[in-house]
Amino acid sequence: MSSKLRVLVPVKRVVDHAIRPRVNKQLTNVETKNLKFSINPFDDIAVEESVKLRESHPDLVESIHAVSVGPVKAQDVLRTALAKGCDSSTLVEHESTELEPLVISKVLKKLVQEKSVNLVVLGKQAIDDDSNNTGQMLAGLLNWPQATNACKVELLDGGASVRVTKEVDGGEEIIVAKLPMIITTDLRLNTPRYATLPNLMKAKKKPLEKLKLKKDFEGISLDPQLKLLKVEEPPVKSAGIKVSSVDELVSKLKEAKLV
Amino acid sequence: MLRSAARRFSAFGGRGLTQASTLAFVETSKEGVIAPASLNVLYAAGKLGNQIDAVLLGSKAQEAAASLQKLDVGSLNKILVVSEQSLDDLLPEHITPVVYDLLQKGDYSHFVVPASSVGKGFLPRVGALLDLQPICDVTQILDPNTFVRPMYAGNILATVESQQSQKLISVRSSAFPAVGAGSNSAAIETVAASTSVNGAEIPPVQWEGANLVKSERPELGSAARIVSGGRGLKNKETFEALVTPLADTLGAAIGATRAAVDAGFCDNSLQIGQTGKIVAPELYIALGVSGAIQHLAGIKDANTVVAINKDPEAPIFQVADYGLVGDLNELVPELTEKLKQ
Repeated sequence: MSSKLRVLVPVKRVVDHAIRPRVNKQLTNVETKNLKFSINPFDDIAVEESVKLRESHPDLVESIHAVSVGPVKAQDVLRTALAKGCDSSTLVEHESTELEPLVISKVLKKLVQEKSVNLVVLGKQAIDDDSNNTGQMLAGLLNWPQATNACKVELLDGGASVRVTKEVDGGEEIIVAKLPMIITTDLRLNTPRYATLPNLMKAKKKPLEKLKLKKDFEGISLDPQLKLLKVEEPPVKSAGIKVSSVDELVSKLKEAKLV
Repeated sequence: MLRSAARRFSAFGGRGLTQASTLAFVETSKEGVIAPASLNVLYAAGKLGNQIDAVLLGSKAQEAAASLQKLDVGSLNKILVVSEQSLDDLLPEHITPVVYDLLQKGDYSHFVVPASSVGKGFLPRVGALLDLQPICDVTQILDPNTFVRPMYAGNILATVESQQSQKLISVRSSAFPAVGAGSNSAAIETVAASTSVNGAEIPPVQWEGANLVKSERPELGSAARIVSGGRGLKNKETFEALVTPLADTLGAAIGATRAAVDAGFCDNSLQIGQTGKIVAPELYIALGVSGAIQHLAGIKDANTVVAINKDPEAPIFQVADYGLVGDLNELVPELTEKLKQ
């Protein structure tokens, strides 16, 4: 195996981050009909980082392959990823309900092996289920090193190893790992570029392979391990009051014994 | 009934689960100090109603175990100590074989970790190896199989049920009280560190260093009072000149919005929100914070929110108990002065 990087970037189609989701009348799930969907913001950062790695190390990155598991419409986010600089893509089609990270990580494991990928860059969490699982699970299944919440990525030794600065609770932590490895992206890693119109046109000509989850990934159980019993919106806080001066604020806080 | 239970559990790879029991991961610093969030985890573990074993990792785990004995955890049965220097850095690649080893024997029906960087780092990794989907960032334990967890930046609360043979749970520490000082009679037991999972050795990874923010202030996650600043503070100088004195006066922790962090007003470990810290203080004072949903996700459980902002239309006022509209540069020093009196 050559030491060149063959990067896999999983991307998820999620309800746009600016939209406040609502629950359905039966309180069984989130109402997602007619909402705007976009690429998960952290995945957008993962695409950007992969493309940037190639721009700064043109000789070291052999390929960047984007993958999404989801409905047919998820090809939109793959086209976006292609327009931003990914070379090729795979859509693993599956309608019906949301899939758990455990399922996704098994699908990704198979793709990693089939495409002899040696670096997977993915978002630290999807903004819909907020699990923050898939990258770590994939790293576990493959027994690869993982660098989660990356805010800086540096290639060392001609790409054989990678130094990652990670965001942790009290600040930052730096680790060095040998390829193959998994990186999950945090917000501050980079600012994703916009897909320009000419690049969006070109992206239509880039490869988009379509697989079916049930047919092409036999043996992976799709049954959810966690049963969603109910969804609800958190209790709405009663409206507060506006005070007109600092004095009034201080007296209110003192009344409430907060200061 | 016993027989049916045995049959049920034999379906899970013959793990001999005899009775419900919880393993709690107690996070410690390199110096062997128990992380504050672990006190909330121990409380949450108690809510499951089982007896608890705690596991501590690192070369100072023995010392940490001694301080664990001085906590009020009535249901604590055993303290498992894995005194291995390679675990000091708490790298998920090193923790995973140890935890996998403890769990795959099947003695534990529940495994509880804090939803901290460390907990979030290794729990899914262990989950994948045990073929279990973890239940992440749990804010309520309804019964030993049913949990509430937030989704969509806290805009949705999901009640999920797990019939998995073992439940892997990360708990949001701000959603549970901390166990207090006291004592328990748990015995300390030394456990050897496993370094492989099904024959697979630890993959090549090295801890190189850390830039941790030193602070005398209360920790954000458990602070009773927080003063936070947003983009409205304009620059680092104003942030420091306005936020710091007010926080000092109140003995409060300092927080920030993503915008403030991105603009370099303060360190990113202070970020509060969906992708930063989730806090639940008694008093939260937001200065120049507009109130984007991602930020509000982090302060949903704050008891009293005070907002000072010059824009009367800022969304933060919709969640603020007390709002004050005006210029921060005048109002905040005045507030600081008057609180000192």
